[in-house]
Amino acid sequence: MTHLKVPTVIAAATVAMALSATASGARDLTVISWGGAYQDAQRDAFFQPYQELTGQTLIDEPYNGELAKIKAMVEVGDVTWDVVQMEAPELENACDEGLLEPIDWSRIGGQDSVIPDAVMGDCGVGTIVWSVIIAYDEDRLGSDGPQNWADFWNVEQWPGKRSLRKTAKLTLEAALMADGVPADEVYQVLATEEGVDRAFAKLDEIKDHIQWFESGAQPPQWLASGDVVVTAAYNGRIASAVEEGRNFASVWDGQLYALDGWAIVNGSPNVDAAYDFIKLATEPENQANLSNKIPYGPTHVDAIPATDEAVQSQLPTNPDNLQNALPIDTLFWIENVEQLNQRFNNWASQ
Amino acid sequence: MQSSTYSTEPELRSGNISGLRRDFAAAERRQKTGSLLLLLPLLLFTIVFFATPITGLLFRAVHSPEYASFFPNSTEHLQSSGSFNERFYETLFLDIRSSDEARTSGRVARRLNQDQSGFITMVKRAVRASRSAPEDITSYQSWFLDLDDRWGEPDYQNAIRRAVPKFTDFYLLATLDMKRGETGGFEKSPENQAIFVNVILRTLWISFSVTMICVLLGYPVAWTMANASKKWRNILLLGVLFSFWTSLLVRTAAWVIVLQKEGPVNNALQTLGLIDAPLQLVFNRFGVYVALTHILLPFLIFPLYSVMVGIPKDLMRAAKSLGARPVRAFFSIYVPQTFPGLSAGAILVFVLSIGYYITPALVGGPKDQMLSYFIAFYTNNTINWGLAAALALNLLVVTLVLYSLYQYIIRDKRLRLGGDDV
Repeated sequence: MTHLKVPTVIAAATVAMALSATASGARDLTVISWGGAYQDAQRDAFFQPYQELTGQTLIDEPYNGELAKIKAMVEVGDVTWDVVQMEAPELENACDEGLLEPIDWSRIGGQDSVIPDAVMGDCGVGTIVWSVIIAYDEDRLGSDGPQNWADFWNVEQWPGKRSLRKTAKLTLEAALMADGVPADEVYQVLATEEGVDRAFAKLDEIKDHIQWFESGAQPPQWLASGDVVVTAAYNGRIASAVEEGRNFASVWDGQLYALDGWAIVNGSPNVDAAYDFIKLATEPENQANLSNKIPYGPTHVDAIPATDEAVQSQLPTNPDNLQNALPIDTLFWIENVEQLNQRFNNWASQ
Repeated sequence: MQSSTYSTEPELRSGNISGLRRDFAAAERRQKTGSLLLLLPLLLFTIVFFATPITGLLFRAVHSPEYASFFPNSTEHLQSSGSFNERFYETLFLDIRSSDEARTSGRVARRLNQDQSGFITMVKRAVRASRSAPEDITSYQSWFLDLDDRWGEPDYQNAIRRAVPKFTDFYLLATLDMKRGETGGFEKSPENQAIFVNVILRTLWISFSVTMICVLLGYPVAWTMANASKKWRNILLLGVLFSFWTSLLVRTAAWVIVLQKEGPVNNALQTLGLIDAPLQLVFNRFGVYVALTHILLPFLIFPLYSVMVGIPKDLMRAAKSLGARPVRAFFSIYVPQTFPGLSAGAILVFVLSIGYYITPALVGGPKDQMLSYFIAFYTNNTINWGLAAALALNLLVVTLVLYSLYQYIIRDKRLRLGGDDV
């Protein structure tokens, strides 16, 4: 090294810079997910194994489900995200708008390898079954806290704030179930004008007691700090908090569950790597590995038996947990999200 | 200008008036070019980073090209004959087919669905059915109506009619809680969808209140600063600057911690026995007022202070020596002289708070969200950029109207911002 002349070093540096410039032109695979405890688990189960297997760097970033960035990227033609995890209605909307690549299932093991719901329209590969459940802190309420949505609405027996997600989706369904509508009739009721009125009337009862959450990390934080007495929450986040020593109870009666899927952004320069990643993240042992770390249900048909015995009872898809459970209706929400959100915002802001 | 007059003086003496004029004009031109060159960076910056995006924004608020671009056949039919006859359904069928290949049907469906929910399913179903449709359809109208009755209903047909023009007032009307009815006249949106007029009034009210609170709190601070000894003045200045320099997010998050249920304020009040149960101090209007006032206060104090420092102390003494009591002297002599600083600061605070986003979003509840929250909501969550742009335009217009009102009310030129010859 000491014998190298200065011009040589400069030349080498120039070449290195030129190389790194081309390398940044073909940038690393970028995967976007929901952040927090969930993305930590994904890092162990998917992102690390992918990097070890391929020797390629994978960058992961969190988001809150905003489609705006994807739309802007695709419109401008400068796509910086490759694989994004999305909720079903948003995924199908984005797919219809041409923001996502149609999935070629032959590259990731075929449609028969996953549960039927995991084929999410033309552009989505289902990756987890997640659920919104009722949760409370047993250290504060004892073990006989609210046991269903009707109890969730009972502010006399359990005074204090309760937290719901600040979207029409999930909130209106919960309100109808609290009003005594059985899970399998919720969407029939909600499809009518009177049904929507009924849901909002029910929400009026506890309007001043609601503290709205917008990110999945908030409900366990607020339960822990005592800001809310009971909350709707993603089941995996509550399980993670329990793992960390919290004494939170999960109530499965009236749980609302749905699939999240991987999608590839239209115009991604890393389509091949994206398929490699999705294939790896769909393999049963990797999915089982994720479920062991955070109990969201896997989508590969062989993955459930591969999860730990103890975890299976915490999965949304466990038969015990599916009693009186409500699968979220993707098509209903694709159709109605705009009008119902408008009415929901209007209601919430008065 | 003076220098050019001097340089042409010899010619003036010789009486060569036209030569003088020429030189004078040339000198002025030189000077103008010079100052224009100096202004160029600012001018370019304003055009590139201000005028262009705002024009783009205005454009999006009235531009809805989806239907006309991706469903050209039925657009042409509706524009020429305007009726929903068999020919319409035939052209619609053609459009559905070609947009299926181009994967653009979803964009048209979403545009229609913004106006009338139901279109996403209707278009989706039509796209799927068109893939296996027979070659010889005898009646396209009944083909569509068999798929879904709603293709024939007036509400849905009117929504199509409203989506056809490339330029629309649909979004702008929506921000005023209005829409066009069947005959094209204005009508009010249904009550449970009407939200924005309320939000605009709320935004103005919150901004006005914050401005008033800032004036009440900031005036004494600025006065103390202007009249303190040098040492104290520096300490006070540092106090204001220190909070001014702290990151906005840190200050907002700090308020959440201070005001929360088990936070220091509630704990102190409870320990003192003033309250039994913790008060709700954050995620409501109170939290918004507190945090916004704290963040915007320096914008009032600094202009006010800089004016107050320049007010000669003799004037107050003169007033007193002429027999005015201290209170009278203060309000008749001192306060009017601070008006330029006061109005500059107040306008700054008001305009800043009208467009504030992050602080109300973090410390407010749903009843305290201002217009910017909804702009962000429609931009990010529902990607209804037309409506977001229309709301932004609305905000811009409201600000401009209020500013002109202010200019009209404050006729005294010295108090105007950017007023001539101060």
